[in-house]
Amino acid sequence: MIPWFGTVAALAIAVGLYIGLLVAPTDFQQGEAYRIIFVHVPAAWMSMFLYVVMAVWAAVGLGLNARLSFMMTQAIAPTGAMFTFLALLTGAMWGKPTWGAWWVWDARLTSELILLFQYAGVMLLRTSIDDQRRADRASGVCALVGVVNIPIIYFSVQWWNTLHQGASVSMTAAPKMATVMLTGMLLMTFGFWMYSLAVILSRARCVILERESLQLWSKPSSVAEVAGVR
Amino acid sequence: MYWGSLSEFLEMGGYGLYVWTSFIITALCMVWEILALWRRRAAAIAESRGIVRDIG
Repeated sequence: MIPWFGTVAALAIAVGLYIGLLVAPTDFQQGEAYRIIFVHVPAAWMSMFLYVVMAVWAAVGLGLNARLSFMMTQAIAPTGAMFTFLALLTGAMWGKPTWGAWWVWDARLTSELILLFQYAGVMLLRTSIDDQRRADRASGVCALVGVVNIPIIYFSVQWWNTLHQGASVSMTAAPKMATVMLTGMLLMTFGFWMYSLAVILSRARCVILERESLQLWSKPSSVAEVAGVR
Repeated sequence: MYWGSLSEFLEMGGYGLYVWTSFIITALCMVWEILALWRRRAAAIAESRGIVRDIG
């Protein structure tokens, strides 16, 4: 499954880049700077989407006491954090030429920055507790509580008067952008999505292996075993 | 094709620095993540084999 997702991701991103950089026309207001949208929006969407998925796994883990769910939470966090970082960074790259500032303390930007800290918190909490079960539960609770920030990020552009523009694409209304641009952006999003699947599943396998090794190391050895080694 | 020449493409209407930095850093992050995962996987496999050999 992992190579399959990886291949689909590479194809979608390649076609998305082709459309976004070579086919799509320029934006009449923002000039060529708008092309950052082809990485910025997919990265920002993934940062929120992955957080929700991570929180759902944490909820399942906490509710059913399922170890595999916590392993998925652990596998998702770094990729989610990376996309949050990329959304912020490409946002700064877009903000400088269009707003004249790398960063403003606007509701959308601030809540997205908080999301980055939440990912960091979830990961740090896990590594700072030695006992695996307690680490799982603590970071699971942290992930679950933090999910309140997701609707805040999403609706921030409606609730507050932000410098960040409102949504160009939504579930309820027709997209406010040209079809070519939309196609490129959706392809990039699909590519990032497939990429995340491949990377997260592959990291989950690492986590499973690492935890198995840890258990074997810490397995109490019997007298006979120790005597056998001697 | 939208662009007239390669230099026009690279300039991005004067926004080249911002556009290309965004795309290149995104690509670097993703490639780095894949490479880091490969190494992590190799290490995890090596460690579990080592333990199996020690105990086995």
